[in-house]
Amino acid sequence: MKKLIKGIILGTAACSLLAVPAMADTIKVGAIFAVTGGASFLGGPEARSAKMVVEEINKAGGINGNTIELIIKDSGADPGKAISYAKQLIEEEKVLAIIGPSTSGETMKLKKIAEQGKTPLISCGAAEVIVNPVASYVFKTPQKDSYAVQKIYGEMKNLGITKIAVLAGNTGFGKAGKKQLMDAAKDFGITVVANETYDKKATDLTAVVAKLKANKDIQAVVNWSIVPAQAIIAKNMRQAGWEVPLFQSHGFGNIKYVEAAGAAAEGIIFPAGRLLIAESLEDSNPQKALLLKYKKDYEAKHKEAASTFGGHGYDAMTILAEAIKIGGNDREKVRTAIENLKGFAGTGGIFNYSAEDHNGLDIDSFVMLTVKDGKFVAYESKK
Amino acid sequence: MTIDLFFQYLFAGVTYGIIYAIVAIGFNIIYNTTGIINFAQGEFVMLGGMISISLLPFVPLPVAIALAVLVTMLVGAAIEIIFIRWLDNPSVLRLIIITIALSILIREGSLHIWGESIRSLPYFYGNEISAIAIGSVRISPQVLWVIGVCGIIVLGLSLFFKTAPLGREMRACSANRTAAILCGINTRNMVTFSFMLSAAIGALAGCVMSPITYTQYDSGTPLAIKGFTVAILGGLGNSMGAVAAGILLGILEAFSISVLPLAYQDVIAIAILLIILFVRPHGLFGSSEAAGLKEF
Repeated sequence: MKKLIKGIILGTAACSLLAVPAMADTIKVGAIFAVTGGASFLGGPEARSAKMVVEEINKAGGINGNTIELIIKDSGADPGKAISYAKQLIEEEKVLAIIGPSTSGETMKLKKIAEQGKTPLISCGAAEVIVNPVASYVFKTPQKDSYAVQKIYGEMKNLGITKIAVLAGNTGFGKAGKKQLMDAAKDFGITVVANETYDKKATDLTAVVAKLKANKDIQAVVNWSIVPAQAIIAKNMRQAGWEVPLFQSHGFGNIKYVEAAGAAAEGIIFPAGRLLIAESLEDSNPQKALLLKYKKDYEAKHKEAASTFGGHGYDAMTILAEAIKIGGNDREKVRTAIENLKGFAGTGGIFNYSAEDHNGLDIDSFVMLTVKDGKFVAYESKK
Repeated sequence: MTIDLFFQYLFAGVTYGIIYAIVAIGFNIIYNTTGIINFAQGEFVMLGGMISISLLPFVPLPVAIALAVLVTMLVGAAIEIIFIRWLDNPSVLRLIIITIALSILIREGSLHIWGESIRSLPYFYGNEISAIAIGSVRISPQVLWVIGVCGIIVLGLSLFFKTAPLGREMRACSANRTAAILCGINTRNMVTFSFMLSAAIGALAGCVMSPITYTQYDSGTPLAIKGFTVAILGGLGNSMGAVAAGILLGILEAFSISVLPLAYQDVIAIAILLIILFVRPHGLFGSSEAAGLKEF
């Protein structure tokens, strides 16, 4: 027995001796993404994109000679799981920083944990509440939902639309977006005459479309969700022969939704980052080269169309890599480095972080897009 | 409420309802021969949709659907043969836990095979925006497909159970298992066959509804919950009761939208399930005496 114990002790000692030099040049980065579950549309591409960035960095010899070890945890969009993974990553794995989670609901639960653990968190959640009020360790890469609302309402004003219906999914994203839509309507002279919330697993919305269609005041519909219902609402509206404009949130930025809605997707108007129309950008655009590279790499590697969501994961990882270049393997220095990052081109826009702004993007990071012949194209504003 | 709106709600309700009814009939077939609820029933629907979508690039639509139904049938048979057949006099609880585990297994397996994205079959007739106008009520042609196919399934099943020798043997097995064994019916084969049959109708329903509702690796679970509600509401084991209860629940859900916010749609189904379980556990159309004789 004694011998065995001795052996174990020796063995462990030998292992740790071997491990120490290896640890010195490996930087651990945690990632929490909803790879499965209701938000898998976000988490899947995000996780794949982040992994792609890390593989590329390590292939090129790492950052300042240090390789990155990415530990991806699948939260299934469950805030409870996200919390326990975050604690595990911070306390046990002692990661330098965490990228993700995918959804706004999860991120809100992790805000405090990141602060207490003094670990930078770069979220891929869209809601503005993530960075307002600012928490010193919490950053995010997607454009704020309030900008998306302003873009949509601005376009409605151009079209002379004043009375609208609001539909939203019962997810963190849907709820936050609905609140923004309600709050901002007055500033643009718009009245929300009807609003409905549907379950994130909704499979048919014909009944609610019939109800809204009966209200002749409604001039346009805004739908705010990240779930397949985005395609279902479009189909059900067109089947019912209801021809009012349909606006969607930036959650529509995945070509799969267009494929799912088929002919019904034509003419949907929504705000999104420039990734979806990368080819048609001017050559002088500072994002163009990066967007085309990401799109090409992602599509070649994963055999699926790149989406803006995957882009958020890509941005989170590239921003962190940039900060590690400056701050090394030190949580505090990396946090400061992210906060001072200026003019960094990502897929979502040009990031200019500051102590007051932990999103770093302005309203121009959004463009209005529409669907034409099954493809995303820039929307020509009708004045 | 205008007449138009009334019919629009009615059609939406019948569409939901008939889908629930098909899932409920799947529950009933297995319940009748084994006395258990197969919680993997929703997964059969999902598998039908997914397999037909995967086959579509290689074969024409009807062939893809037929093959999907066949493959799902084999999955149903495999489940019964591997996990249930060899159990000696298992308790109801044990069987239920097995089927719940199987549903999780199938779901996770599908996630690995097909990924997390939504897929759908193309519309059988027309496309996403085509609609048939009846007066000023507009419905998608696919809705008629769903109602038609599900109607044929229900009619075919009732004929099968009434006239076909195999169907009668299955009924004998459900009425009195011991007596059926004495008559020389192989009850174990009947159980396998009931799994195949309910897998097949689940898969067929999964194919026809796929263009309307889309198919995703986890789309089976919510359907199973609704189907279970309907099966209980109609009286467990009673297939015609399931059709009536399904359509009733669908219509209730659709009309609830006119008075309640949309978010409460699912609350109605669950509330009905609870009320029925408290007040009439044998369902609207079941008899309490017959229910008393069953183990579960």
